[in-house]
Amino acid sequence: MHRQTLKSLSDALEAGKVSSVELTGVFLKRIAERNAVYNCFVSIDEERSLAQAGEADRARAAGRAQALTGIPIAQKDIFCAKGWLTTCGSKMLSNFVSPYDAHVVQRLNEAGAVTIGKTNMDEFAMGSSNETSWYGPVRNPWNTDTVPGGSSGGSAAAVASRLAPAATGTDTGGSIRQPAALNGICGLKPTYGVCSRYGMIAFASSLDQAGPMARSAEDMALMLNAMAGYDPRDSTSLDRPAEDYTRNLARPLKGLRIGLPKEFFAEGVQPDVAKAVDEAIREYKALGCEVVEVALPNMRLSVPVYYVLAPAEASSNLARFDGARYGYRTPEYRDLEEMYEKTRAEGFGAEVKRRILIGTYVLSHGYYDAYYIRAQKLRRLIAQDFTAAFEKCDVIMGPTSPSTAFRLGEKAADPLQMYLSDIYTIAVNLAGLPGMSIPCGFDSQGLPVGLQVIGNYFREAQMLNVGHQYQLATDWHTRAPADIQT
Amino acid sequence: MALTRDDVKRAARLARIAIDEREADEVLGQLGRIFGMIEEMQAVDVSGVEPMSHAQDVTLRLRDDVVTEADQHELFQGIAPKVENGLYLVPKVIE
Repeated sequence: MHRQTLKSLSDALEAGKVSSVELTGVFLKRIAERNAVYNCFVSIDEERSLAQAGEADRARAAGRAQALTGIPIAQKDIFCAKGWLTTCGSKMLSNFVSPYDAHVVQRLNEAGAVTIGKTNMDEFAMGSSNETSWYGPVRNPWNTDTVPGGSSGGSAAAVASRLAPAATGTDTGGSIRQPAALNGICGLKPTYGVCSRYGMIAFASSLDQAGPMARSAEDMALMLNAMAGYDPRDSTSLDRPAEDYTRNLARPLKGLRIGLPKEFFAEGVQPDVAKAVDEAIREYKALGCEVVEVALPNMRLSVPVYYVLAPAEASSNLARFDGARYGYRTPEYRDLEEMYEKTRAEGFGAEVKRRILIGTYVLSHGYYDAYYIRAQKLRRLIAQDFTAAFEKCDVIMGPTSPSTAFRLGEKAADPLQMYLSDIYTIAVNLAGLPGMSIPCGFDSQGLPVGLQVIGNYFREAQMLNVGHQYQLATDWHTRAPADIQT
Repeated sequence: MALTRDDVKRAARLARIAIDEREADEVLGQLGRIFGMIEEMQAVDVSGVEPMSHAQDVTLRLRDDVVTEADQHELFQGIAPKVENGLYLVPKVIE
């Protein structure tokens, strides 16, 4: 049962072959048996999950079932979920039981999905390896000595290890796509503004976007149907007509123009990764696609620009964690200043503090123009590169990550090396474009490689079509880590 | 321009994060390298380029100034570190 895709589980529920309570029980049992190995989940609440499953079964019996009714979904612990511990991977929120639901959680609940647990993540989504979590690192199910990527590493590893059929993630600079690639699963970051940020703990508000993580493009389309939607409580949520993201899945790809930016295939990419991506492009050509070369000359600036803008926004967003109203408060203090300073020194981990300090510095008097404003100008140049590229092609393809999963601890002591692992994903967030990663092969160590597909604004349905047609012709997305076969 | 230990301590002070000398030195080393990378931005001519603050260039919506939420202060204060009579308690600010 755990080996099936979300779509086939949905069909089994519809056909009455299994109930949601049974299905939820199967996954809860797997989590109880195996989570200690991978550390994917930080909170499990069997009673709450089973109650939700019971409700889903009753809704189905009453003829009110939708595609996700009764499907267990893992929620990244960045999403507030009413009654659930919601920690964002931080000691700062280690006692925070959310009094309300994030919009994405509310939408999934309304669609009948069952929250199977909350997944581990880099603290406040700041990291690319899941090693910054207060709850310890997640282990990659393909090789437990390697990282799952991050920040949505718990979600990605939960789907890869078949502890959940699908999960939610968030992506500020690659946090859905990079862990999806490193775990051999699929992940989609929609166009900025498609999913509401309400109740999604803020990191860098002009970049943060929620999206689905699952085993196939088709499963992601079903997830996105439920997750996307206008929400007046998020001032940047876009008021657009609802879309059926499954509508184009069956469309043939003949004539599709794929743009290959030479910058994605320059030095720094692991040869095995380049080879797998090249083979994927060949497969697309066999499916009738045309390949054109495009240029993204300013992409090399995306890492420096990101490490000004994201910390700047984070330093402002994370000012709210002061020990006064919720979350951690230092046990001993003499006055209000000391309460703030000790609470924040003890409640935040090293990477979060580092980014708050960078952000505070670049926004401080005398440096604002040289760093923040300049970064915003370069952001426009990066976005304009994509606009020009999309005049020549329908989608852009390249590697998701320059390497496959690296070893635990390998980059933990070197923040700069860690930051460079998002070199192919960050520009997409800066431009606000949709980006997706799908499995396209393995390296010589048997670790998965991800193909990144970047679409033009609001072309998620087309990207999912591009993913689905590839998955009809190949079987990379069906591969599972060795000890998951049983 | 090279970052100094005083810059780090000043940023930590502004961000209300307690930091001792040893931590300041450690952070200084790491931030020095990160700012070295960030300096790459200075090599590009950005004259005439408008800053981009947001992916969709939308204008923020205004809403009607009416009450939309019910009073849930007991629920919200139930998770606060210290509360009394509906007020959040912090150390005395004015003697």
